Amino acid sequence: MSTLVADTRAVWWRETLTIVRDPFSLVFSLLQPLVFLALFGPLLSGFAGGQDLGGVSPLQWFLPGVVVMITLFGTSMTGSNLQFEIMTGAFERILATPLHRSSLMVGRALKELTPLVVQGLIICAVAMPFGFRLHPLHVAVGLLLLGLFGVGVGALSYALAIAARRSEWIFWAVQQTLLFPLLILSGMMLPLETAPGWMQLASRFNPLTYLVEAERALFAGTFADPSVLWGLVAAAVTAVVGLTVGVRTITRSIF
Amino acid sequence: MIHTESLSRTFVTGRQSVEAVRGIDLDVGEGELVAFLGPNGAGKSTTLRMLTSLLRPSSGRAVVVGVDVAADPAGVRRRIGYIGQKDGAGHSYRVGDELVMQGRFFGLGRTEAARRAAALLGSLDLAGMEDRKVSSLSGGQRRRLDIALGLINEPPLLFLDEPSTGMDPQNRANLWEHILRLREQRGTTIVLTTHYLEEADTMAERVVVIDHGRIIADDTAENLKAGQAGDRVRLTVPAADAERATARLAPSGEVARRDRDGEVELAVRVAHGEQTLPRLVLALHADGVEVRGAAVHRPTLDDVFLSLTGRSLREGAPAGTVAERSAA
Ligand SMILES: Nc1ncnc2c1ncn2[C@@H]1O[C@H](COP(=O)(O)OP(=O)(O)O)[C@@H](O)[C@H]1O
Ligand SMILES: [Mg+2]
Repeated sequence: MSTLVADTRAVWWRETLTIVRDPFSLVFSLLQPLVFLALFGPLLSGFAGGQDLGGVSPLQWFLPGVVVMITLFGTSMTGSNLQFEIMTGAFERILATPLHRSSLMVGRALKELTPLVVQGLIICAVAMPFGFRLHPLHVAVGLLLLGLFGVGVGALSYALAIAARRSEWIFWAVQQTLLFPLLILSGMMLPLETAPGWMQLASRFNPLTYLVEAERALFAGTFADPSVLWGLVAAAVTAVVGLTVGVRTITRSIF
Repeated sequence: MIHTESLSRTFVTGRQSVEAVRGIDLDVGEGELVAFLGPNGAGKSTTLRMLTSLLRPSSGRAVVVGVDVAADPAGVRRRIGYIGQKDGAGHSYRVGDELVMQGRFFGLGRTEAARRAAALLGSLDLAGMEDRKVSSLSGGQRRRLDIALGLINEPPLLFLDEPSTGMDPQNRANLWEHILRLREQRGTTIVLTTHYLEEADTMAERVVVIDHGRIIADDTAENLKAGQAGDRVRLTVPAADAERATARLAPSGEVARRDRDGEVELAVRVAHGEQTLPRLVLALHADGVEVRGAAVHRPTLDDVFLSLTGRSLREGAPAGTVAERSAA
């Protein structure tokens, strides 16, 4: 167990070194969600006509969705880095070390979450002057929940990258095809209350929905809402399924 | 160091199945330097990947450094170094970081990993390159970095898959210098694959010839050449002496004859050309034959492969690999 933790940490640190050695890439990735918040937020406020959404201000409602979105974007794309390393031979070299197979997945996924923590905090800080109310403890728990979820999505992304290792475009085709329906059907960008019945039904089968609802409750400063528990279940299921599929794919694939 | 019994691997892709390796029995002792020689697609890499636990055997078994590859793959990986056919260092990382992290992957502490990394960079002529990005290295430098990565855990057994493919002769010689020095210093057992005849011939002490997934010969290069093809002794004599000379050579084997402006070139295959030639020349001299020229042509491993399979290894050598590696 202790070697599993050490292995994961080593893999995470190797990946993180790309950011440490070239911090400018992080600055760029920080701008993206801010632009999104600045351009989409006012649209949504106008759309709501000055009314509250789900009992909170549109900004308070929208911001947790943005944080979930950047998690999903970052972790679902991370397989493409792996694909590159499979192509060059670096992954085979790493496979030939005694590292635990699951640490290869978790360590890499955690790397995508490192900038996320920074991104999340900066988004909150920027939004505060515009009326966003920060509940630090709740936000911290929210980020942990996202971390769990992100490890699962990251592992699935790696599994996809490995399955599609001989053709790069298949990875992107599948990733993009899945990403947007999941996003829209989670109520992340626009509330689903006014959506047709089939969409509402479909959203109930989307783990992301539960996560978004949990993050909204947490960012609004409440632990007591049942959605927090459901969010935890959704994140845990995603992590377990993702790691199971990911580790099986690694051990069964021929590189 | 290595013991295998009927080690086999079949790949199934769709409805097709490829028997890449078909029952390899092999024993490699401590300190040996063994080359797997065979054309592309012979099954060299597949064998190596089974021995390094990267690929599960379909049947048979392999024990590497005392550990069964199927029962304890991580145990095998801890005890070996593996340098694959492709470059092992990540392109977007720094040289020093990759090497230190490789040490961490083997469970070394931070300071020990850094110490070994620095020592390896020094001994592989990469000192001062710690902060360079891997993608900025030359092909030869990258291959030496691969070797450093494979050595960070100080393994008693090192596998190299086509270590010098695509390198120019100078870089290849330089790489070999490093491999041989390593062996001298640490007594590392080395198993490598190659499809370069000259490389297997001059560098390895033992050549395992693989074709179609099977071992078809396994001996020193010297013995393989002597046993399979023999040396070719060529003597040039005046045309007038040709009959007498042929009679003298005939007991050694079939004599080939070529006439050229008043002289005749006679050739015969013998087991040990260098020892036989002086005796033949003296005998011919005693017979009153004037020997005007003499040469021994050592057979190459290609002659060995040709006589074993009826095919030449050279046909299989891919053109343009030099360009590929330098472009990568
Ligand atoms: N992952 C794979 N899937 C299907 N066939 C493979 C795979 N890897 C190797 N082979 C096949 O197995 C045979 C041996 O390949 P390999 O061991 O790479 O040969 P070598 O290293 O001697 O050139 C070849 O016919 C090759 O096409
Ligand atoms: Mg090969």
